[in-house]
Amino acid sequence: MAHLFNSTLTSSSPSLRRFSTVSKPSLNPITTTRRKMRIQAKIREIFMPALSSTMTEGKIVSWIRSEGDKLSKGESVVVVESDKADMDVETFYDGYLAVIMVEEGGVASVGSAIALLAETEAEIADAKSKASNSSPISTAPPPKSDPPPALADLAPSPAVATTPAAAVVVASAVHPASEGGRRIVASPYAKKLAKDLSVDLSGVVGSGPMGRVVAKDVEAAAMTVATAATTAPTVGAAKPAPVPGIELGSVVPFTTMQSAVSRNMLESLAVPTFRVGYTINTDALDALYKKIKSKGVTMTALLAKATALALVKHPIVSSSCKDGKSFTYNSSINIAVAVAIDGGLITPVLQDADKVDIYSLSRKWKELVDKARAKQLQPHEYNTGTFTLSNLGMFGVDRFDAILPPGTGAIMAVGASQPTVVATKDGRIGMKSQMQVNVTADHRIIYGADLASFLQTLAKIIEDPKDLTL
Amino acid sequence: MQSTLSLSLSSPSSIPRSDRAIVAGNGSSIVPRSLRLCGLRKEAFGLQSSNAVVRIVAPSKPRRVNKVSASLSSNGSPPKFDYDLIIIGAGVGGHGAALHAVEKGLKTAIIEGDVVGGTCVNRGCVPSKALLAVSGRMRELQNEHHMKAFGLQVAAAGYDRQAVADHANNLASKIRSNLTNSMKALGVDILTGVGTILGPQKVKYGTDNVITAKDIIIATGSVPSVPKGIEVDGKTVITSDHALKLEFVPDWIAIVGSGYIGLEFSDVYTALGSEVTFVEALDQLMPGFDPEIGKLAQRVLINPRKIDFHTGVFASKITPAKDGRPVTIELVDAKTKELKDTLEVDAALIATGRAPHTKGLGLENINVETQRGFVPVDEHMRVIDAKGKLVPHLYCIGDANGKMMLAHAASAQGISVVEQVSGKDHVLNHLSIPAACFTHPEISMVGLTEPQAREKAEKEGFEVSVAKTSFKANTKALAENEGEGLAKLIYRPDNGEILGVHIFGLHAADLIHEASNAIAMGNRIQDIKFAVHAHPTLSEVLDELFKSAKVKGNISSGVGEAVAV
Repeated sequence: MAHLFNSTLTSSSPSLRRFSTVSKPSLNPITTTRRKMRIQAKIREIFMPALSSTMTEGKIVSWIRSEGDKLSKGESVVVVESDKADMDVETFYDGYLAVIMVEEGGVASVGSAIALLAETEAEIADAKSKASNSSPISTAPPPKSDPPPALADLAPSPAVATTPAAAVVVASAVHPASEGGRRIVASPYAKKLAKDLSVDLSGVVGSGPMGRVVAKDVEAAAMTVATAATTAPTVGAAKPAPVPGIELGSVVPFTTMQSAVSRNMLESLAVPTFRVGYTINTDALDALYKKIKSKGVTMTALLAKATALALVKHPIVSSSCKDGKSFTYNSSINIAVAVAIDGGLITPVLQDADKVDIYSLSRKWKELVDKARAKQLQPHEYNTGTFTLSNLGMFGVDRFDAILPPGTGAIMAVGASQPTVVATKDGRIGMKSQMQVNVTADHRIIYGADLASFLQTLAKIIEDPKDLTL
Repeated sequence: MQSTLSLSLSSPSSIPRSDRAIVAGNGSSIVPRSLRLCGLRKEAFGLQSSNAVVRIVAPSKPRRVNKVSASLSSNGSPPKFDYDLIIIGAGVGGHGAALHAVEKGLKTAIIEGDVVGGTCVNRGCVPSKALLAVSGRMRELQNEHHMKAFGLQVAAAGYDRQAVADHANNLASKIRSNLTNSMKALGVDILTGVGTILGPQKVKYGTDNVITAKDIIIATGSVPSVPKGIEVDGKTVITSDHALKLEFVPDWIAIVGSGYIGLEFSDVYTALGSEVTFVEALDQLMPGFDPEIGKLAQRVLINPRKIDFHTGVFASKITPAKDGRPVTIELVDAKTKELKDTLEVDAALIATGRAPHTKGLGLENINVETQRGFVPVDEHMRVIDAKGKLVPHLYCIGDANGKMMLAHAASAQGISVVEQVSGKDHVLNHLSIPAACFTHPEISMVGLTEPQAREKAEKEGFEVSVAKTSFKANTKALAENEGEGLAKLIYRPDNGEILGVHIFGLHAADLIHEASNAIAMGNRIQDIKFAVHAHPTLSEVLDELFKSAKVKGNISSGVGEAVAV
């Protein structure tokens, strides 16, 4: 995704974006009033136009044309409702309406992309993948991506930062329903709220009749799962600038991320959890790490890979229970790894960690971490985990215990690998590197024996890590 | 007043304004001259308000006595029939016909097998308006933003369900007694019992009372239609008949059908705190409305409310709530017939339309075959038998003929029939009959929708233009903080003929009549655009609308010029 941005967008966009923000207040009539198309290589974005001087966001009333339609210059494509009127928005270019990014009824801020226009039919697919991989193109600050840390701290303006959440929901709300093919019974208002508040209904426990999800359930769950993640990348925006000194005695209101975390933590109390610990010898793993470190392999990737391979044999540990009545064997093993970032915590996800080879996995991890630091993770890159790893070993922590993130089945807390004096079975005393892991799991679906056998498998894999490099 | 007088003097040809002014002052003398107008207008009043009924009744009473005696004496020959006119069904259609028949000096009887007032008064328009009056106020009081904009502070609004239900019920019985009294006062015989046609000009009512009449009007109306597969228990799976009693307000109700009945109930239920799911068989919500109006209405009446919807699906099976199980609704795709979804809700309201109530009417005795239950009629409302021939002296009006299932349409048809039986050729122009949906805000329409107009234009080779005005530009609407709305005029730019008017906005139902009357009277845009509207009123929305229309030729009738002078 990142490369996609780099290749197709970055060249022209940064300057354009700056241009648009500048021109908005000054109301340059040519560029901002009616419609805007920006020229990129071949795929153009259709932007929310500013239809009046006071308009900051517009609502899509209806799409006159649909995806795949051929458009010619000057044709009306979409009807936009502003604070004043409904107006037809025309295209400036010939091409194909490849992707509609903001559905009818959706709201987008002025200047954000609402659709992609492909020049030829062949590029429709490109545009589609671009849109689906990076749904909030419209909003997020991707153009600033390439020089990561420095520019990323230039927090996006709050106005820009808030809309991505909405856009994300529209896009993602379509998919989760099909997850496991389970039917979600939610009242009309609950569904509306879920959409507005970016709550994935499949993760909400219903308190209405027959377990129906009603409005207050969504409100309660609001912003927990989804927002914790959603706000994460934009949190920098809410927090003005990292203040070096902390004012003692001051009361500090939660940032959006902090309140999301707070809600999430409270919600986790509704899940009955238990913990199982295990001590694993890491000499073989350390040796392997030393050997392939030069190839860019990271310890995190190795641990994730080992965990994923163990999960293949114990699918229950990677399953999730969302309604208290049934649970889902997740179709892929996605390892979320907690990463501390400025102002909070985020869990980038290594998707299909069991299938991807260790080198690709390591590269992927590096990319995710960079993105996380730059606050540019896309939702699917941080909210699709089926099992979470949390590692505090680098601080010398030898053991700890983690809180289970709502909506997943288990989380593993990994301590530091330390040289330990051990008595072996043959009666000798020797030195071995050992680390302690501690898994917290949802006891509604995962029982003690499940975790025990999972940990046993994991220990075997780590103590004889040849499979990791396969 | 002065100008009105001078006008009527200078141009004695019928000018609607002057006529109306005179009718108000001196009813009887002018009535025959513009019967069409007066009849329609009176009926419209009769439907709307009890006071108006009284007002109409009073002046016509002495006249009736004179005329009846006159007709009796002038007949000379012994009366061949018990009555001049028998109307089967005392709903709004029958009532309208009866009133007009008396005015025309006919000896009239009306047969009612249930309660006077029919669907409209007892189980339809009337009680639903009571509920909608409540929902409108609730909506306003709950809208904090709206109240704040006025500078008003209101504590949380609540309601007492039983009291709301009582209001609806009381209104129905009040209107019912008004209706009954108005007929009794005029000397219409109200015969109780189920009416059956025994043969030509012969009717049985009750168990064995047989009466004869020169002419018979069938006005038996309709009942809610319930598609098969749906089990109505009257508690959790209900029709509008039950819903109007408001026996409970479910947390979540599915409304099957998104026509005006469904829409109005969605307005009531959401205002009282329910959440609503629409099930619509067609691909779009609110079929039947002008698409543009429908779209706007959806944005105001559906999207921001606690409503979601499934379109393009049939509710193939609905099982009432039982033993702690919720109401289940199976949805099948309207095209592929595949099961698409199952809903579990607290209640389901079946608002899929209405079926004619024509069973047991004895139609077989006169060889008439109904078509899907409807009595076939020609444009004069004369009943057509199985061989395609007209049945003499038999007419059918209202929902039973299915031409236009609206109370006031039935009444207008009844008046038209009475005109015919008293010797005047009269054909009702159905395109001039307005319709309204009393949501908040209201929707109203008359004539053709834009697609219908364009289709007609293509066939007949004329041009169609559309003019629109917004309530956002209307002072009164803005004063009320109700700027959301649109009025749309569909017209012929070549001659200024009004083809259709559609309004969505505050008091749209009351605003439509300027347009419907213009259509009924054949007024052209170039003429009515000179008519003056009081400022500031909502009626200026239509004023603007007519003024924004661009009629090519400057063909103008005398009326426009006269008013301009």
